[in-house]
Amino acid sequence: MSLKNLLSEKRSSIIKRWQDAIVSSYPKDSRGFLKRTKSQFANPVGCIITKEIETLYDEVIKGDNADKISSCLDTIIRIRAVQDFTPSQAVAFVLQLKDIIREELGNNHSPDMDAFDKQVDEILLMAFDVYSKCRQKIYEIRVREVKNQVGKLLERANLIVEIPEQAPGLRDDNAKTSL
Amino acid sequence: MATTPKPQETAKIDHRPPLFEKGWMDKPAEIRPGIYCYGSKPKNLEYVGMPYPKDWNPEDEDWQLPENWKEIIEEGFKDRLDRFRSLKVFMDICVRCGACADKCHFFIGSGDPKNMPVLRAELLRSVYRKKFTTGGKLLGKFGGGRDLTEDVLKEWWYYLYQCSECRRCSVFCPYGIDTAEVTILGRELTNLLGLNIDWIAAPVANCYRTGNHLGIQPHAYKDMLDFFTDEIEDITGLRMEQDMNRKGAEILFVTPSGDVFADPGTYTCMGYMMLFHYLKSIGLDITWSTYASEGGNFGYFTSHEMAKRLNAKMYAEAKRLGVKWILGGECGHMWRVLNQYMDTFNGPPDFLEEPVSPLTGTKFENAKTTKMVHLVEFTADLIKNNKLKLDTSRNDNLKVTFHDSCNTSRGMGFLEEPRYVIKSVCNHFYEMPPETIREQTFCCGSGSGSGLNAGEDMELRMRGGLPRANAVKYVHEKHGVNMLACICAIDRAVLPNLMDYWVPGVQVTGVHEMVANALVFEGEQKRTTNLRGEPLPGMEDEEDV
Amino acid sequence: MNFFLSIIFSSFAVLVVVLIPWIGVGALDLRALFGVVIPYAAMATFFVGIVVRVIDWGRSPVPFRIPTTAGQEWSFPWIKRNPIDNPKGLGGVIVRMLFEVLTFRSLFRNTRLEYRRVDGVPKVDYEWEKWLWLAAILFHYSFLVIFLRHFRFFMEPVPGFVTLLQNLDGFMQMGAAPFNGFGLPGVYLTDMLLMAALTWLLLRRVLYSQIRYISLPADYFPLFLILALGFSGMLMRYLFRVDVTKVKELAIGLFKFSPTVPDGIGVIFYIHLFILCVLIAYFPFSKLMHLAGIFLSPTRNLANNSRFVRHVNPWNYPVPTHTYEEYEDEFREHMIEAGLPVEKGADATAESEEKE
Repeated sequence: MSLKNLLSEKRSSIIKRWQDAIVSSYPKDSRGFLKRTKSQFANPVGCIITKEIETLYDEVIKGDNADKISSCLDTIIRIRAVQDFTPSQAVAFVLQLKDIIREELGNNHSPDMDAFDKQVDEILLMAFDVYSKCRQKIYEIRVREVKNQVGKLLERANLIVEIPEQAPGLRDDNAKTSL
Repeated sequence: MATTPKPQETAKIDHRPPLFEKGWMDKPAEIRPGIYCYGSKPKNLEYVGMPYPKDWNPEDEDWQLPENWKEIIEEGFKDRLDRFRSLKVFMDICVRCGACADKCHFFIGSGDPKNMPVLRAELLRSVYRKKFTTGGKLLGKFGGGRDLTEDVLKEWWYYLYQCSECRRCSVFCPYGIDTAEVTILGRELTNLLGLNIDWIAAPVANCYRTGNHLGIQPHAYKDMLDFFTDEIEDITGLRMEQDMNRKGAEILFVTPSGDVFADPGTYTCMGYMMLFHYLKSIGLDITWSTYASEGGNFGYFTSHEMAKRLNAKMYAEAKRLGVKWILGGECGHMWRVLNQYMDTFNGPPDFLEEPVSPLTGTKFENAKTTKMVHLVEFTADLIKNNKLKLDTSRNDNLKVTFHDSCNTSRGMGFLEEPRYVIKSVCNHFYEMPPETIREQTFCCGSGSGSGLNAGEDMELRMRGGLPRANAVKYVHEKHGVNMLACICAIDRAVLPNLMDYWVPGVQVTGVHEMVANALVFEGEQKRTTNLRGEPLPGMEDEEDV
Repeated sequence: MNFFLSIIFSSFAVLVVVLIPWIGVGALDLRALFGVVIPYAAMATFFVGIVVRVIDWGRSPVPFRIPTTAGQEWSFPWIKRNPIDNPKGLGGVIVRMLFEVLTFRSLFRNTRLEYRRVDGVPKVDYEWEKWLWLAAILFHYSFLVIFLRHFRFFMEPVPGFVTLLQNLDGFMQMGAAPFNGFGLPGVYLTDMLLMAALTWLLLRRVLYSQIRYISLPADYFPLFLILALGFSGMLMRYLFRVDVTKVKELAIGLFKFSPTVPDGIGVIFYIHLFILCVLIAYFPFSKLMHLAGIFLSPTRNLANNSRFVRHVNPWNYPVPTHTYEEYEDEFREHMIEAGLPVEKGADATAESEEKE
């Protein structure tokens, strides 16, 4: 049986393990809550993880839609990016898929398996991008907030003047200079 | 010494068998960047005469505590037990049933078990038991008591300032134990040692001195309103000058200063100005004040005393100006203070009269002694009595949902008035799921100084706001909601960022911005844009004014 | 506190509580001590302890009116208000408190009935909180019924309502219990419910990680103690029968303040009685005081009316404020320049500067 078929066959138990693995990266004392509370509003973190891991797994097996994979990763990692995780901890769950699959299917060396490992590695790289994007966003918000607080104020109090939007000839030229 | 974790350690965090694991009392808090706010700066504490000002960094080992800090805390604790029945009862009767455990947005968003409301209170309770109860004294840890150490103090500080005093847990507690009350009094204790966060201490000092949290001087405050007057003129063609510090007016208007200085609150502020101008010709006699220019009370996040000191300005200014009653703008914790504390703090305001709407004759009987009316109930009454000519189609591009602010819902019960006003000025309104609104509403994640506008604890704010954002996302996806309305200045300041991170495509507005958009003035020019300068529905092709 | 240690410690404490009367009566025959002295001491501790504690709470004032409002406030006549969850006066507060005390309303709010769609099919999902409310209410009401049933041991003649309760309680099980027909008494429903509810309350503390995290020995101890109380009582009723007439003689004696210690009551009775004594003596010093505390909880027993009925803080004291005069003195020039009205003219600024 091809690896793809095996992965589809064991779908539910692999997903279950993967969900458990990601939940166990949270403090042990809150895991019960994350797993047990089923309301998407009372327990957004647990529910999003459960749902998105499932979608992510299916997309990984299909393997043809990078956008969908990226959006699943985004939903999960966006949360982990603001929780108490180091960057590596935040994305480590992707790599765990390798171990989980070996535990489920046995450690058979096959070209299929190598290809799959490579795919997981690629997803890990995507996850790294997503994580960076989320952190980038946080810093962007931080900077904007500071700017809004002070900048707008000065501007409105007529203490500074901004270069008007359509200052003829100025902006375009500047944009072209490399400095 | 910090070591780089091995890959396996990175993937899985703890392997210790739960049986032999230490309990929470033995695990000191790890003060993490992104979660705490900077410590209070000495100048801000000095200005208002708070004790032990110092330059300190929460990540430092040494918090520069005075030598007798334990005595100070213990005496302060005892003093508060004697003055607040709430504290005494809440320290004694919790049965740790866990009903509150998963009700806190900070717990839901972070999974940090010390963010469970019961545990936040237990941080204080453990010290209380050891110091003030027989069981705790005799049995120590077995009696649930623990000594007050520097680690415990740091843990207090770290978690007390991670609470946004939203009272959601209190709704579910079978005994009504209110973590906000515990947090407020716990923060009072940390303030005895000069341990506040600067995002509370600085606004407190500023409000005290200039009347508003940014320290804007009176002439600049007026400048801002003038600036809005120009903006409004651009949009409507009408000049809507406002009165400031005018003696003899009938009504004094007080709003959070955030409305004057930060987007999108500024549009709400323009909304207030337009409404007042609209009503002027039919008999509204109202003035703003630069002295009492902060409705929000940052003192409330410091201590009851500081709350009272800042709140005093409102009645003092009302008395000086000789007004009949006070109207309050859209704000959350401002209204909890006005509703539950103001009269007790600084009343009775005998020099004022029982509020009556000069336009409808409606008596605001629910504000009989405080003499302070909420602008949204004032407007709701106007709309009910057909005093406003409204063109709701101007808000047709908006699909609106309403975020109940914690304080107006659980500290007042102000639920229907804003909904009535919103539904009267907008055609598309959708509620979020019931367990996330009204008395069960989720906090914006940044309330009560637990991060208001502080960039340094952005991670805390984002995860604390996740439950709220998640509910917005639901209506955004289901109904295409693109506007989150609220009646709180902190909400208006922080929700745009929360939306930007979790639900891009949803904007944030105050209720009166939408009212003003819909308001049809006599003699106004044809309006092509809303207050934000965006084209009104159907006007997309019109020349930008 | 390590949870394992907490459990060991509390169960050990309860074991000691069981052993004391076992040895005290079984080996040393201290019947008067365990049948009279300790019960009196425990009752005294119970009543005095509660009164002292409640007075102590009462001594601290309620400086601010801080009800948690869980519904629409009283507003315009055309806005429907929620008179129970957001009471406007005493009447509403009484109703709110009654609901709170009799039905555990806030805990019930916790109950979430989830309508979810699983693979497109709507599914009703009960959250676990449902069980907390259910266990809590079963436990408290079973305890109450059992307590009332015990009146037959210390009242002569037995009041009608006690007999009625007893019949109702036993009736449910009549014919269904396998013990019937073996000469054993019918099983009381409340006995079973009490033990089941307690077991569940204990299990959730052990099994649910969050609850385990917050639990202290002070949470396990009363659970174990009441379990032991119930267990000893049931043993007495179903296995080691004691002479009810003599027990009644002792109980009535205690209540009439002319105690007698009849011979021939089994040790199991003294164990049961001693556990009860420990429970009620422990009561005023423990979280069990929530029984009285709920009535004093300011977020529940106050009306949301501070905007129209003045609340006075007994220790209200004057505080320093930043007065308008000080404010104007600092900013007068700017204010005049900006055209803002001022109290004193421009020369006042110069004057105040001169003074300094």
